[in-house]
Amino acid sequence: MKKKILAVDDSRTMRDMLYYALSDAGFSVEVADDGQDGLEKLHDVQPNVIITDINMPRLDGFGFIEQVRKDAVHRTVPILVLTTESANSLKERARSVGATGWIVKPFDQTKLISAIERVVA
Amino acid sequence: MSNRDSIRDTFFQECEELLESLQEGLTAIDDDTADSETINSVFRAVHSIKGGAGAFGFDDLVSFAHEFETILDEIRNGRLDQPSSFADVLWKSADLLGDLVAAAAGGVAIETHRTSDLISKLVSLMPETSPNSNWEQEAEFQPLAFAFDDPLFSDTASEETTYKILFQPQDSMFENGNETAVLLRKLATLGEATIICDISQLPTFQILEPEKCYLSWMIELCSSASIEEIQDVFEFVEQDCDLKISSTQDALNDTSNAPEDPPPESNPPLQLINDNITQQHDVDGDELEQIPPTRAPAPARDASRANRSSDSKTAGAPATVRVDVERIDKLINLIGELVVNQAMLSQCHLDSELSADSDFVTGLDELKTLTRDVQDSVMAIRAQPVKSLFQRMARIVREASAATGKDVHLEISGELTEVDKTVLERLADPLTHMVRNAVDHGLETPEQRQISGKPTKGIIHLAAAHRSGRVVIDVSDDGAGINRARVLETAIRKNLISQNDNLSPEETDALLFLPGFSTVTEISNLSGRGVGMDVVRSAIRALGGRISINSEPGLGSTFSISLPLTLAVLDGMVVEVAQQKLVIPIAAIIETLLPNTNNFHSIGHQDVIFIRDTVIPVVDLGNILGFRPPLENLTKCVLILLESDLGVQFAVLVDAIHDQRQLVIKALEENYGEVAGAAAATILGDGRIALILDPNDRLFIGHRNAVTTDSRQIANG
Repeated sequence: MKKKILAVDDSRTMRDMLYYALSDAGFSVEVADDGQDGLEKLHDVQPNVIITDINMPRLDGFGFIEQVRKDAVHRTVPILVLTTESANSLKERARSVGATGWIVKPFDQTKLISAIERVVA
Repeated sequence: MSNRDSIRDTFFQECEELLESLQEGLTAIDDDTADSETINSVFRAVHSIKGGAGAFGFDDLVSFAHEFETILDEIRNGRLDQPSSFADVLWKSADLLGDLVAAAAGGVAIETHRTSDLISKLVSLMPETSPNSNWEQEAEFQPLAFAFDDPLFSDTASEETTYKILFQPQDSMFENGNETAVLLRKLATLGEATIICDISQLPTFQILEPEKCYLSWMIELCSSASIEEIQDVFEFVEQDCDLKISSTQDALNDTSNAPEDPPPESNPPLQLINDNITQQHDVDGDELEQIPPTRAPAPARDASRANRSSDSKTAGAPATVRVDVERIDKLINLIGELVVNQAMLSQCHLDSELSADSDFVTGLDELKTLTRDVQDSVMAIRAQPVKSLFQRMARIVREASAATGKDVHLEISGELTEVDKTVLERLADPLTHMVRNAVDHGLETPEQRQISGKPTKGIIHLAAAHRSGRVVIDVSDDGAGINRARVLETAIRKNLISQNDNLSPEETDALLFLPGFSTVTEISNLSGRGVGMDVVRSAIRALGGRISINSEPGLGSTFSISLPLTLAVLDGMVVEVAQQKLVIPIAAIIETLLPNTNNFHSIGHQDVIFIRDTVIPVVDLGNILGFRPPLENLTKCVLILLESDLGVQFAVLVDAIHDQRQLVIKALEENYGEVAGAAAATILGDGRIALILDPNDRLFIGHRNAVTTDSRQIANG
């Protein structure tokens, strides 16, 4: 059974990249355009892992993570934050709202898969 | 197309959109109307470009975007006030960013000094108190190329070390979705691991809280991985656990130095693992499953949802489909055939004696409506809003205003009007020239404007709209209007018209389109001389468009371009010559005339006609195309005055004019071969093929050359 990943990013390039890289690595990938879209798709997708960008329109990554953590079903689903901002304050803030880990852009497939392997078996 | 190529395409497409939204945001910043979301969207645009560029290793783009983004971050965080006061630097940065994107896409490389100059300008804007002010050091941003076929881990054959790892998670670790079993399993991929679980802290079942962590682990890992690689496994949880990693190597080295972590011997992890050890596992993924779950089991409704989600597999699929333009063109072509076919059916109906209220006729009418709808929908696939083109003009206006010292405000309206992709692409050059002209020649200097009682800031207005099946693009300025006296004077001086010509204001304005016309006595380094409105006009004509001027002295001028919605369909006039039907593009027709004998003259073997004192060569279409011998009596014909894209005028003789209609263009070269005098062909309603005349063909223009010298002699003599 393929693991399902919900990838949330407002950049189409990044969504495409995640889609291809993760599909190649044997995951089943669904994408969402921003936090709001991610929340709307959450229950349909039932992901094993969520990968999300931080700075997005409508609902940003922090707000999205907060909402996911409030959801009874997805309270414990691993959420990886995908961001170019390597600043520690952002990681801290993401952690404080419930992020499981982070991937610093630009990433390569190895980095990406390695991060996922640390949060989901 | 490989995944990488296709993502690359997506990246450049997205860059265009991001640059557009950047422009929009900067316009708001410039006008002081930007709210925090606008500023954030500007930041996001640059940020996303940087992110994508990094993945493709576009280093120049990444490093500049990084600097630009840092300043935008300052604005976003309110550490840098009044961004409108340095809007010019932001605009230049946006322009450069656009150029760097183009360069990355394979365009012209950017001179490094341009980037470095702008970077130093950006750095100088940086408030000293900012945490970003030491950004030079922070720019350790190392782009990594994105690879698809990397093996996940390369086997580096180095010596194996035995690590002892003590891992005691805190409750907070689970709150963020981390899981011990996953980490241990990941750790086990690095080498041979022996994992011992300490359950000494486990309370009785009655007081056990399932979301608390009572377990800790001691792992002995024999691996060639470095200590950093092991630390990486715990990267996400370092703050949520007690972690101690030591190696036998450390133990050896640490004898000389005071150890940070006490060596295993002095503080053996086994102390922690006391008599209560009840489980011991050789590490093996499957056995790990037996570790008691530390997470609450998922509610039962999970299962039903999972089923649903497999049904909606496409839920997350991209909302757009990328299609090869060729495929769309093929579809457009087929629809064209359908239009022709439908016209043929209508023709059959007219020839038959079916009553107008028969089912057949009703069906035919419906087919007609449907065909048109299908045609419109297919054309819409190729259509794109003019917005991106208009926004590019913002830059032209900025550059032109800087070069001329004029204060200019650009207004844009109707930017969502859609035009065929190819038309849009080929419109960029002429429109650029028109906008430059409007700033350079249309608008007055601020001083002149002040004297005329106008605000010193001039306005250039770009507007697009759909009007009667065509797209109309207006470039207006609120300048002084065309100085007609000077236009006439120049035209006479250049022998373009004669002293006695009595031209209407519109005819005078149209002189601007004559080749080589230039009224500005001082050659400006902006619009220059030589490339004039005549070039603009031929470019517009080549697109099947028309250009016209409307100018009011003192109030300004408007140049209007009217374009067909698509290049696949042509507005043509169907004419008859020697029982053959031909199509003449409407865009080339100036007027139609019914001549009388007095109009015709001969110069050598060439028939000419005087139209408003101009000698125009007459082309016997039937003869020159080889349909029949030369005509004896020219007056039985209809004359159509045509003008080539380059402004060469000539008149063609035809037997009759049928009607004016939209026709689907069929390439001749592809289906038949080159035909002198014809640009393409079309299929008429009766199923017959008709050639579409090419007014630019040497067959016609050659005649003009033949008489030019002669007519000059007549004019002078």
